[in-house]
Amino acid sequence: MRLAPRHIFLIFLFSFTLGIVVASFAGFRTFIPGLLRGAVVTVQLTLLGCALALALAFLAGFGKMSSIAPVRWLAVTYIEVFRGTSALVQLFWIFFVLPEFGIFLEPLEAGVLALGMNVGAYGAEVVRGAVQSVPRGQYEACTALNMGHWAMMRRVILPQAVVAMIPPWGNLFIELMKATALVSAITLTDLTFAAYQLNQTAVRTIEIFGIAMVIYYGLSQVIRYSMLALENRLARGLGRGRA
Amino acid sequence: MEPMVRFEQVTKRYGDLTVLDRLDLEVMPNEKVAIIGPSGSGKTTVLRMLMTLERIDEGVIHVDGRPLTHMPKNGSSRNGDLVPANERWLRKVRGDIGMVFQHFNLFPHMTALQNCIEAPIRVLGLSRAEARERAAGLLDMVGLVDKKDHYPAQLSGGQQQRVAIARALAMRPKVMLFDEVTSALDPEVIGEVLNVIRKLGEEHNLTMLMVTHQMGFAKEFSDRVCFFYAGRIAEQGPPAQLFGDPQNERTRQFLSAVLEAG
Amino acid sequence: MGGGTWDWQFTFEEVLPRLLDVVHVTILATLLGFLLAASLGLLFAIGRMSRNPWISRPLGEVVEFIRGTPLLVQIFFLYFILPDFGIVLPAFATGVVALGLHYATYCSEVYRAGLENIPRGQWEASTALNLSPFHTFKDVIIPQAVPPVVPALGNYLIAMFKETPLLSFIAVVELMQEAKLIGSEWFRYTEAITLVGVFFLVMSLIASVGVRRVERALRLPGR
Repeated sequence: MRLAPRHIFLIFLFSFTLGIVVASFAGFRTFIPGLLRGAVVTVQLTLLGCALALALAFLAGFGKMSSIAPVRWLAVTYIEVFRGTSALVQLFWIFFVLPEFGIFLEPLEAGVLALGMNVGAYGAEVVRGAVQSVPRGQYEACTALNMGHWAMMRRVILPQAVVAMIPPWGNLFIELMKATALVSAITLTDLTFAAYQLNQTAVRTIEIFGIAMVIYYGLSQVIRYSMLALENRLARGLGRGRA
Repeated sequence: MEPMVRFEQVTKRYGDLTVLDRLDLEVMPNEKVAIIGPSGSGKTTVLRMLMTLERIDEGVIHVDGRPLTHMPKNGSSRNGDLVPANERWLRKVRGDIGMVFQHFNLFPHMTALQNCIEAPIRVLGLSRAEARERAAGLLDMVGLVDKKDHYPAQLSGGQQQRVAIARALAMRPKVMLFDEVTSALDPEVIGEVLNVIRKLGEEHNLTMLMVTHQMGFAKEFSDRVCFFYAGRIAEQGPPAQLFGDPQNERTRQFLSAVLEAG
Repeated sequence: MGGGTWDWQFTFEEVLPRLLDVVHVTILATLLGFLLAASLGLLFAIGRMSRNPWISRPLGEVVEFIRGTPLLVQIFFLYFILPDFGIVLPAFATGVVALGLHYATYCSEVYRAGLENIPRGQWEASTALNLSPFHTFKDVIIPQAVPPVVPALGNYLIAMFKETPLLSFIAVVELMQEAKLIGSEWFRYTEAITLVGVFFLVMSLIASVGVRRVERALRLPGR
C-alpha cells in the first residue's frame, strides 16, 4: 500500500494525539480508559445496528418492489416514516414511549433497534436502486437459459447488485456509527457520553473530546477501507469497481 | 522589424511524450500564419501555450517584445535574466492574445451580448455602456447584432462561433489564435465563419495564427503556412509554394492524404 | 400516569400548544444553519480546488475529519471550548454554528461534484479572456455549477431539520427539548414524542416541495 499524503496526515494526527496523551500523563490515566470503554460500546452498537439495518433494508427494499400490494405499502410506510423523522425522535420513541405500551427495552437494545431501523430505511432505497440498476439484459439472458427465479436472483442478479451497493452502504455504515452518539440521550455510556461525563469532572475539553473525535474518525476510516477492500474482492471479474 | 510572436527553443512534454521539440517560430506583426499537420504533431499545443493554457517545459515565448512565459528577474527588464512568470505577470501580458476555440466555449448562462461585455468590464474596466457599444459593434461586424440577446443554446454552431470571435475581439488583442475553429461545425456553416475571419484579416491590424484543416482557406488567406510534424516545423513557406511544390516528403504525404479525403 | 392509550385532550390542550410555541426555534436553527452550511461549503469546495497545496490539502483533511465525526461530539466540543477562548455564545448560536460547520462539509462535496462537472472549456475561455479567478468563479463557473446541485443541497436542508433535536443536548429549547420537558413534567411521553415525529414528517414534506420549486426556478435559461 502506497503511502499517500493522507496517510501521512493520519499518522501525524495519531502521533499528535499520542503526544498530548503522553504529555498529560496524569490525565492519561484519568480519562483514556473511560473513553476506551465507551468506544467498545460504540463499536457494539455499530456492528449490531449495521446488521439490523442490512436485514431490514433487504426486506423493505425487496418489499417495495413486490407485486403484492400490502407488502409494498408496508415497506413504503416503513421507509417514509423512518426516513422522514429524526433519528433522535425514533430513539426516544422506542425508549420512552414503548414502555407506556408495555414494551421495555434495555438502552443497548433500544439503541440498536432505533439505529437499525433508521439506517435500514435509507438502506432500503440503496438496495432497491442497486437491484434495479442491474441491466435488463441479465434478466433476459436468464429467461433464455430457462433459469428459475430464485436461481436467477441468487446466481446472477444479486451478486451484481451487491457489488453496486457497497459504496453507498459504506457511507450508511459510517452514518450509523456517527449516529451512535445519540444514545447518550438514553444514558448509554458510549464514547460520546463517556467523553461528556469525563469532561464534567476533569474539564480537559480539548483532550477528551479531541481524542474521542480521533477515535470516531479512526473507526470511520476502518469502515471506509474495509468497504473498499470488500468491493475490490467482489468486483473481480465483473469489469467494474474503482478505476 | 521585431516579430510579434517568437518561440525560442520551446519544448513541451507530457510524461514521456515530447509534443513540441525545441521549436523556433517567428510571426511578424500583421502576418497570417496557418498551421497544418497530422494530429499529435503539436500544432494545437503551440496555440495553447501562447494562450498560457499550458505551461512550457523549456524555452521562452515572447510576445510583442515582452517575454510571455517568463518574466524579468526583480522586475527589471534590462539585464536579460529571466525567471518563470508568476500569475501576476501572466495576467499582464495575456491581454495581448485572444483565442477562439474549436468548441466555442461560450458562457451558456449569458446572452451573446453579455458574453462579449463580461471581460471588457471585468478586466479592461470599461463601463457597462462602453462595453455594450463595443460589443454591439463587433456583433454587427460578425453579422449577428440582431441575435445579441439570444442565448448560445438558441444559436447554431456557426453563429456561436461568430459570437466567440466577437467576444475575443472585444478585448482588443494584438494576436488572435484560431484553434480548428471550423472542425466542430456542420459543413454548411463553415463558410460564414471563414468569411468573418477573412474580413477580420482585411480590416484589422491583427497578427493571426490558425490551426486548421481547411486547406483551401489556408491557401487563399494566409501569408505563410507551417507544416508541423512530430513536434517540429517540417516545412514552412508561402502557401503557393508549400501547397504547390512541397519540398519535404512528409509534407507531400500529408497533403496527398488530406486532398484525397476531400 | 402512563398507559397504553392516546390522550387526545392532553394532546390538544398541553402538547400541541407548547410544541407550536417552539417550532420557530427549530425552523430558525435549520435555516440559519443551512445558510452557513451552503456558503461555507462553497468556500470549502473552492478552497479544495486551489492550486496551492498548502491550502487544498489541510483544508481537505479538516473537511474529511469534520465529516467523519459525529455532529453531537462537535456540538459538545464547541459548547465547552468556545468560552475558554473568550467567545461566549448562547447555546442556540453555538448549536447553529456546529450544525452549519458540520453540514458545510457535506455541502462542499456536493459543490465539488458540481464544479467538476463544468466543462474545461469554460475555464479555458475565462483564461483566454484574462478574467481574474474571482470573476471566473463569480460570473462563469458558479452560476453554472450551482443550479444542478440544488436538489442535493435541498436534501441536506431536510437532513438538517432532522438533526436539530441534537441541540436539545445543550438545552436549546426546540421541539425535542420541549417534548422531553413535557414528558418529564407529566410522566407521559407518548403524545409529545409522537407529535414531534409527525411535525418532522410534515416539515420534511413541505421542505421537499420547496426544494423542487427552487430547482425549477434556477433552471438554465434558453433550455
